[in-house]
Amino acid sequence: MKIVPPFQKKSGNVRSEIFMASRRDFLRIGGLAAGGFVLGVSFFSCNEKGKKVASLAPSVYLTIHPDGEVIIVAHRSEMGTGIRTSLPLVVADELGADWSRVRIVQAEGDEKKYGNQNTDGSFSIRMFYLPMRQAGATAKFMLIQAAAQKWNVAAAECDTDNGQVVHKASGKTAAFGDLVEAAGKVAIPPLDQLKLKDPGQFKMIGRATPIIDLHDIVIGKAVFGIDAAVDNMKYAAIKRCPVVGGNVKSYKADKALAVTGVLKVIVIKGGGIPPTIHKPLSGVAVVADNTWAAIKARDLLEVEWDLGPNAGYDSAAHIEELKKEIVKDGTVRRVRGDFGMAKKNAKKVIEHTYIAPYMAHGTIEPPNALAVVKDGNCEIWACTQNPQGARDSVAEALGLTAEHVKVNVTLLGGAFGRKSKPDFIVEAALLAKECGFPVKVQWTREDDIHHDFYHALSVQRIVATIDTNNKLSGWNHHLAYPSIGATFDASVVQPSDGELGQGALDFPYDVPAIKVETHDATSHIRVGWLRSVRNIPQAFAVGTMVDEIAEARKMDPIANSLDLLGADRSITFNSEIPKGAYPNYNEDIAKYPWETGRMKKVIERVAKDAGWGKKLPQGSAMGFAAHKSFLTYVACIVEVKVEGNKISIPNVYYALDCGTAVNMDRIRSQFEGGAQFSTSIALKSEITIKNGRVEQNNFDSYKIIRMPESPKNIHVSIIDSQDKPTGVGEPPVPAFTPALCNAIYAATGKRIYKLPVDLGA
Amino acid sequence: MPKYSIQVNGKTHEVDVLEDMPLLWVLRDILGMKGTKFGCGRALCGACTVHLNDTAVRSCSIPVSTIGQNKITTIEGLSEKGDHPLQQAWEKFIVPQCGYCQTGQIMNAAALLKRNAKPSEEEIEQAMQGNLCRCGTYNRILQAIQSVSGRTVIG
Repeated sequence: MKIVPPFQKKSGNVRSEIFMASRRDFLRIGGLAAGGFVLGVSFFSCNEKGKKVASLAPSVYLTIHPDGEVIIVAHRSEMGTGIRTSLPLVVADELGADWSRVRIVQAEGDEKKYGNQNTDGSFSIRMFYLPMRQAGATAKFMLIQAAAQKWNVAAAECDTDNGQVVHKASGKTAAFGDLVEAAGKVAIPPLDQLKLKDPGQFKMIGRATPIIDLHDIVIGKAVFGIDAAVDNMKYAAIKRCPVVGGNVKSYKADKALAVTGVLKVIVIKGGGIPPTIHKPLSGVAVVADNTWAAIKARDLLEVEWDLGPNAGYDSAAHIEELKKEIVKDGTVRRVRGDFGMAKKNAKKVIEHTYIAPYMAHGTIEPPNALAVVKDGNCEIWACTQNPQGARDSVAEALGLTAEHVKVNVTLLGGAFGRKSKPDFIVEAALLAKECGFPVKVQWTREDDIHHDFYHALSVQRIVATIDTNNKLSGWNHHLAYPSIGATFDASVVQPSDGELGQGALDFPYDVPAIKVETHDATSHIRVGWLRSVRNIPQAFAVGTMVDEIAEARKMDPIANSLDLLGADRSITFNSEIPKGAYPNYNEDIAKYPWETGRMKKVIERVAKDAGWGKKLPQGSAMGFAAHKSFLTYVACIVEVKVEGNKISIPNVYYALDCGTAVNMDRIRSQFEGGAQFSTSIALKSEITIKNGRVEQNNFDSYKIIRMPESPKNIHVSIIDSQDKPTGVGEPPVPAFTPALCNAIYAATGKRIYKLPVDLGA
Repeated sequence: MPKYSIQVNGKTHEVDVLEDMPLLWVLRDILGMKGTKFGCGRALCGACTVHLNDTAVRSCSIPVSTIGQNKITTIEGLSEKGDHPLQQAWEKFIVPQCGYCQTGQIMNAAALLKRNAKPSEEEIEQAMQGNLCRCGTYNRILQAIQSVSGRTVIG
């Protein structure tokens, strides 16, 4: 058998490497160091009366002031997952802090200081749960030492609770604030001497803690990127080339300049091909006194474009082309047994092609950024998932070193992967430099829909074989889609292991013959990651095919999946993958293998919760799918009601195993929202491209679900576990779409092979 | 540029802006009231919802020149202390995820309850369908509104 490497990874653009690495594809998290380096045990500042006072800062994440206030640094970006609350509460719990005396401060972009800040890949808790516990425990250790010395008692007899050190035997207590000066003189304990709490001692971890920004949000005082402001700030809107890789040829700005309030018209040089994520698209910017004048004048610009090589690109034609490719032999990416033999000896062969479209992120807050460039320095305020990436990108664009760029992180009005790309931040920096005054770049919704980093369209073909013993004997999964890698390197035409590892390479079922093959697909637009990324189409194809296999085997879908998972075992895949490195979301597969027992447990739980098998009225039915992603095991049952072509979703049931559950409420909310997000994917959202241009414009043509069509009751069961905590932001999304499609089949007899679902087609 | 006198949250503001400037940008860029959010600019997402007298409107699509003597209420003026029953309910049910659309959701829900103190589930859904939430907080929005509806004094 010929095994061809999928593509030669070039060492070329260093910046691309940095982004790709900090995303999820190439480096292991262990190599990226979690950070938390000690700055200094204590420091002095002056209080209001000018008196010198000591504060205790045993970790970059934590400072305790003499007045008892505890400052916890949130170094990850808040886009709605609740991370700005959930990581700090881990510190507070381990410290024994009084949560009402905790103030959370958002870190600026500085990975040397804070460790990885690129908030994506559902790994904030996975990567930082332990460092946050250690930060809290370190301070606790020092405070206890200080109190024990003061009271002349053994440190082991003391504990912390509610912002105090407590000596139970004597009933003595001392507030943290009163101990910081003495605690600052205690040597920082090595990590292996720290005693972390037993799970039974947790007061916040494993419970439901409201998000800290809750009140500010409901009164309209929360500061998102769009709300950041500085004195003398001006506003910019940009007309960007409608085709990726195109450039401004010429423009006329007289009408734009005639709009009252317009100050300048500036050409922005584009990144060309590959587009990358840290360079703007070619365009013409209008800078004005207010956002409206900028938008109005921008729309009056007359720009002639050199559209470049992607001007003829047509997404519908691309799908037809890939449908022809996908029937051929592809590049083999995983092999177990002999699929050819399995097919030859099969009693039944099931074969289908699955199609999913381009999708846009559609964050309700469109991209925007504020930049000030002055005296060789640049300061940014932006809704960014990746502040260090933004910092490096701005530095490169302005010809500065990163030390001269400061990136302040606001709240993000939705992100889902869009706001980890700093193109819009670089736009603001370039304009601010050119103008010499602060500039806020504001994207309109049309800008966002036309110029996103899209979830790539895909064509997949799965061939499943069933033998004479009614066993699934062979599985052959073909995939073709433009890779995210092509956004950085135009020579990339095949999916990376990281992309395939999201539900295709890691097919977990106990089947004697498995073959995963990929096919060339060139990229003609900016492709990026969208919440759960390739898990979306891959779980759709796998999850619906597994349901079809159940039917062919005349088995109940739940029983079929449990049977296919086989005995409880830990799978590592590596021996079956030519490159020998299943990425496992950057986690060591030897330590964190695919455990079929954990999946079986969530499947059994969800079946019980849903009352699987109960009789439903005509037109209603349940469908099931299970999918592991980002190390989290998820089983999902969707109940649909189909009337004519109208689909409604009265109930959704999830059971999940994410290891240790940190903030129960935010885990639930991620799954509730994930079901809604996935309903848009399954039923509504599609980007199409003609003549290189995106055909949708706004939320009238790029659709996401609205309240009347949203799933009604979403039931979430979280398996009790003390294992390493894993992701919850993205894992709700993948299993939902196949479960919904399987429910539609159960209700109507119509199998779904193409997204979004169109029962009228 | 023409001058307009508009009433926002019980105060009169003189603004000197383009006549077609949408109320949204007057609020945000000129008056510095940033609780009202920009989402689509075409009255498709509801993030910019404010009250015109007692009716929910999309401020992104209302030119300043059309406002006249009508009274505008924004999230900043919905309640004096941020304790409107809906704001309290939003906190009780921990509705927001990213939070960006929520001021628009709350303003829309407040207008609904003013004209219909006890809306049915279907009436709530119909009234709220113009307000998008990409994080998918619809279930908790519904719960929060239901928890408030039927209570004595609204707004």
